[in-house]
Amino acid sequence: MKFSENQKRLVKTLIGAAVYVAAIATRVEGSLYSLGAFLAAYFIIGGDVLWRAIRNILRGKVFDENFLMSLATVGAFIVGDFAEAVAVMLFYQVGELFQDYAVDQSRKSIAGLMDIRPDYANVQRGDTLEKVDPDEVKVDEIIVIKPGERVPLDAVVLSGSSSVDTSALTGESLPRDVEEGDTLLSGCINISGLVTARVTKEYGESTVSKILDLVENAGNKKSQSENFITKFAGYYTPAVVIIAALLALIPPLVVPGATFQDWIYRGLIFLVISCPCALVISIPLSFFGGIGGASRRGILVKGSNYLEALAQTEIVVFDKTGTLTKGIFQVQQISPVGISAEELLEIAAYAESYSNHPISLSLQKAYGRAIDSARISGVEETSGHGVTAQVDGKTVAAGNAKLMRRLGIAFTEPVDVIGTVVYVAQDGVYRGSILIADEVKEDAKRAIAELKEAGIRQTIMLTGDAKRIGERVSTELGLDRVYTELLPADKVEKVEALFTEKSPRGKLAFVGDGINDAPVLARADIGIAMGGLGSDAAIEAADIVIMTDEPSKIATAIRVSKKTLRIVKQNITFALLVKAVVLLLGALGIASMWAAIFADVGVAMLAILNAIRMLNVKSIR
Amino acid sequence: MKKVCRLDGLGCANCAAKIENAVAKLDGVSAASVNFMTTKMVIEGEEARMDEIMAQATAIVKKIEPDVVVRKA
Repeated sequence: MKFSENQKRLVKTLIGAAVYVAAIATRVEGSLYSLGAFLAAYFIIGGDVLWRAIRNILRGKVFDENFLMSLATVGAFIVGDFAEAVAVMLFYQVGELFQDYAVDQSRKSIAGLMDIRPDYANVQRGDTLEKVDPDEVKVDEIIVIKPGERVPLDAVVLSGSSSVDTSALTGESLPRDVEEGDTLLSGCINISGLVTARVTKEYGESTVSKILDLVENAGNKKSQSENFITKFAGYYTPAVVIIAALLALIPPLVVPGATFQDWIYRGLIFLVISCPCALVISIPLSFFGGIGGASRRGILVKGSNYLEALAQTEIVVFDKTGTLTKGIFQVQQISPVGISAEELLEIAAYAESYSNHPISLSLQKAYGRAIDSARISGVEETSGHGVTAQVDGKTVAAGNAKLMRRLGIAFTEPVDVIGTVVYVAQDGVYRGSILIADEVKEDAKRAIAELKEAGIRQTIMLTGDAKRIGERVSTELGLDRVYTELLPADKVEKVEALFTEKSPRGKLAFVGDGINDAPVLARADIGIAMGGLGSDAAIEAADIVIMTDEPSKIATAIRVSKKTLRIVKQNITFALLVKAVVLLLGALGIASMWAAIFADVGVAMLAILNAIRMLNVKSIR
Repeated sequence: MKKVCRLDGLGCANCAAKIENAVAKLDGVSAASVNFMTTKMVIEGEEARMDEIMAQATAIVKKIEPDVVVRKA
């Protein structure tokens, strides 16, 4: 309906423009016929504007753009500038059409960008498979997802295996394999196999609807730039209109030789430039594009204000485990002495098999075979040291350096390692060491480098880990500073202390995994949660959610933010500058109505075209 | 209580800002937001007075943008 409305307006404007051209071509000075032709063109083009202006005045609402345009053009007719009067109306209408078209297009393109809404769900009800709206499916119902279909609700796979495309949620192009027992997130596309799954969340609570909601409503939280410009508009229009009135009336009465015709014309130029709408429109358009584009790359920004703040970030504080590192302890290195690596791992795994400490668990995981408990006896655990146990009749000691010293066993300390070292001895003979460590994420180092490149002054890591481990990770990744051996409560304190190190307008961002750092996420200017896919806590607590596990996405988000802000600033500066110059020249009698038309419609078009660039976020790495 | 409605035919960003400001000032409204890009208006206010608030908000929309239709989201 909206579209045909626009088409009608386009046709009308074109007809009006044709009449206008004819009127100019056949123009005869002072002829009544010429006036008639211009009037005809004027009413065809701007009749509706005139009508709306009158209607709004009757409703007690003056100073809207219809009124201003009507006043300016009628005024131009009265002072005898027919051609300019029609031109102002013509370009105003063309500008409006263009603006509506641009806004429509960007609304559509964002809708396309966010096209992750599932249309239907195949539900198993009784013996039949029903195709229903995802909204109507209840928790614990069984759904079937065929290859090529979108997962309609969050669910757990009951049978079947497949790979799913999560790119709509994460921006990650590599498909993820799922099998029985795995979680399926709504919004992903099932690529290969038929999967039967049990629904775990209602549609309204499912990942897809949460994401859609978040992105759509992000614009509700207004950016400072937007607040500034709407506030500015509130003063700008009345001020310009008042100056226009003064300009038209006072000089002719006061200055000798000044004519009403000349000064009214100058006043009219002011009226043409006084509309703020076009200036206002380009800002939400840019932010909307920026937020939409970021979400396409797996970065959810919960408000325009956060996207804006991100560009002013000076300090980025990271949590270590789960953010810069994978948060999974793994056997990294086995250094046997006198036995094979397999044997060393086997006796260590056996000795530690009664413990459920993360270190023991990672040993057993690396060993990978079932533990035969008949082979072990006499397990003795010394807290803070390690374990001794009888394995296959031999005494095995596995633990840290303290344990070895206590037992008086000579051992070699591996040099230059990050992580926890388990030393193993068998019947009093040193058999080697096993290194267990949390792995640094693949892109962590690049993430820090990219942040530096994006203008972040300081990158800081907070961790509860030992000093030596924290410092090693920090040096390896190229962070500026590290604070180690912190308790969760200390992290809030540290972040508060760091606030004093940024400039007054600068922002501090905290990046965590959203699991136990909610207070810090809330305290920072910008809380960024990593790996938020499917984690409600992270989505709740953070201002920005990175859907994947990649810390390098933070730099991407900052680049999107900076580009958005650059465009917004360009638009504000350009528009205000052109308007100010034309207002000044108009008051001095140098600028014509044509310059005023450019300052209004032309600037609006350029600003919108500039803002639309934001929709093309592919250009940002 | 939060109420969401659509503003069909909203074409002017400045008017959207004006509507937002005027609705936010209504009695019983704690927060109001008009999203120009999604043409959605979100009003947070006292539950008991929501009908009255909606009626007043609709009147404000009509006054600022006579061509916009307020619709339930």
